[in-house]
Amino acid sequence: MPVRTFIDAIRETLADEMRRDPSVIVLGEDVGKKGGVFLATDGLWAEFGDERVIDTPLTESLIVGASIGAAVNGLRPVCEIQFADFIFPAFNQIVSEAARMRYRSNNGYGVPMTIRAPYGGGVHGALYHSQSVEAFFTHVPGLKVVVPSTPYDARGLLRSSIRDPDPVLFFEHKKMYRSVRGEVPDTDYTVPLGKAAITHPGTQVTVVAYGLMAHYALEAADRVAEEGISAEVVDLRTLRPLDTETLLDSVRKTGKCLIVYEDNKFGGYGAEVAAIVAEEAFDYLDGPVTRIAGPEVPGVPYNHVLEDWFMVNPDKIAAGIRALAAY
Amino acid sequence: MASRSTSSPTTLGSGVGLSDADLLEMYRLVALARALDERMWILNRAGRIPFVISGQGHEGAQVGIAWSLQKGHDWIAPFYRSIATCLTFGMSARDIMTAQYATADDPSSGGRQMPGHYGSHEHNILSVSSPVATQLLHAVGIALAARIRRTGQVALTSMGEGSSNQGDVHEGLNFAAIHKLPFIFVVENNGYSISVPAARQVSVADVADRAAGYGIPGIVVDGADVLACYAAARAAVARARAGDGPTLIEAKVTRLTGHSSDDQQTKYRSAEELAAERGHDALPRFRAQLRDAGVLTDEILERLTAGIAAAVEDATDHAEAQPDPDPAGATCHVYADDESAKPVSDIDLEPG
Repeated sequence: MPVRTFIDAIRETLADEMRRDPSVIVLGEDVGKKGGVFLATDGLWAEFGDERVIDTPLTESLIVGASIGAAVNGLRPVCEIQFADFIFPAFNQIVSEAARMRYRSNNGYGVPMTIRAPYGGGVHGALYHSQSVEAFFTHVPGLKVVVPSTPYDARGLLRSSIRDPDPVLFFEHKKMYRSVRGEVPDTDYTVPLGKAAITHPGTQVTVVAYGLMAHYALEAADRVAEEGISAEVVDLRTLRPLDTETLLDSVRKTGKCLIVYEDNKFGGYGAEVAAIVAEEAFDYLDGPVTRIAGPEVPGVPYNHVLEDWFMVNPDKIAAGIRALAAY
Repeated sequence: MASRSTSSPTTLGSGVGLSDADLLEMYRLVALARALDERMWILNRAGRIPFVISGQGHEGAQVGIAWSLQKGHDWIAPFYRSIATCLTFGMSARDIMTAQYATADDPSSGGRQMPGHYGSHEHNILSVSSPVATQLLHAVGIALAARIRRTGQVALTSMGEGSSNQGDVHEGLNFAAIHKLPFIFVVENNGYSISVPAARQVSVADVADRAAGYGIPGIVVDGADVLACYAAARAAVARARAGDGPTLIEAKVTRLTGHSSDDQQTKYRSAEELAAERGHDALPRFRAQLRDAGVLTDEILERLTAGIAAAVEDATDHAEAQPDPDPAGATCHVYADDESAKPVSDIDLEPG
């Protein structure tokens, strides 16, 4: 089976979907001739031309707002926000418009649109090229939020997102673009939205993670396994809708739940996971639902010592697993 | 009763390609929008509907401009004062009135949105939201899709001069102009953004002046002159269909009511000013123009007026009789497949 980097999987899936469906267009900043600042759209302009691969002005609200209109009038736009940190000028269009269009029109209009955005820290990107923004959007009914962690899932989930009849935010951890490789079949498979995966079976502690943290959780699980602690890693893959069944089945089995996310802890996505576990699996818990997450500062600082201080890593996760296992 | 088929055609609309039948239908739409709007206020003051947002003073511009588009083919992304626009583009008096009552069969939103948030998939009228000017970007995207799909459609959006200050307007006009999209931006300038006069909202006398910054035509038109509005829009549509790009049309209209039923405009506008505004109303002016030209005879006017009164009665009776939406359906249409829309924590707590 062919091995691909994470970004290869994204790029090839975009090209495949554009070949398969003439209504798929790509728009965003520098997505054309340059192929995107990370080269996620490299080659698309050469193959599909100006009309379907559109370099927009520096206007995030337009990128999303025009995509909404194009989606309403028969296209399936895949728009790119160059860094997730810059998505906020489009917040109104995403939250007030895309998310609510179907509901407010009583199913008159839907918005089949995918918003891709590189997110996450650990790449010397500082406050404005490192953010994890998922919690702002997972709160919103009408949106779907996807965070793949492997090339296989990136391909299968991006296909599902593009083919989905509703707006999907597709967050790609930029540190994984070239550092993560994996087998990707050449078939037209999809990975359904809303399905988590058990990526490391275990019995004593459930570790819930997504994106880059799903990799770090696996490293931590391997590390504690050498000490005789059996951790089960749940890679959520889709944050909204959440696969509560896989999550709760795992916690009911292990009796302990550690949630890992890169964003600062307070009010982050892991808070919702913790609340659901507490509400729905309370009788099965043998320890407090705990979280390993970023510190309460308004962004990832630049200097490498400070950045290392900020980032969740396998050591921090392993320590969390040990503490919970010993509870 | 005289029928129109026996009258000789007039020359009033011939300069812009409008027949007498067109003119009479345009007049009917202006008058119908006004009559529905006036009924809405009565229903509000009688306690039947909680909220009204009005298009009174805008109707002539709205009908004149919307008449230039092809119904069922082109697109409109309207705003909350667009009653006459929506009627011209195919919505019915019942459609407008059920939106006021937020009934289950309200085609705009099934009772989910406040009155004034019109929309109709059947008629290519995009659903209105409350954040202002967001719809401009949607209309630009609709025009982009029309270009890519080679549909020949034109997308038009409208809003007030206050809304025209939003950043989305700048982002959208710039993009539409770069790509010469088949897009028309209509500013219905009624002089007030709720209570703030245009001089405190817009740094130039005419919003249309801003078009120059995008390299597109900016046209100022008297919003009380229905035929002038139609002529301006007709030229803009021709430009759009020819691939020559967007046009900004600023129609100077008036706001004959408060901002909404929750606003008292006498607090910030003088009695003299409000009286003078009445002189800038398209409805009596268009009526006089059609009568002077011999298009609108007493008999026709009587017939149209009776038909409008009957339509308003019918729409009110219909809306009054319709059921409220069933709360059991309130979780529907969050997503295309309602299964995934189930709230994540919608659980029955079992005793521990």
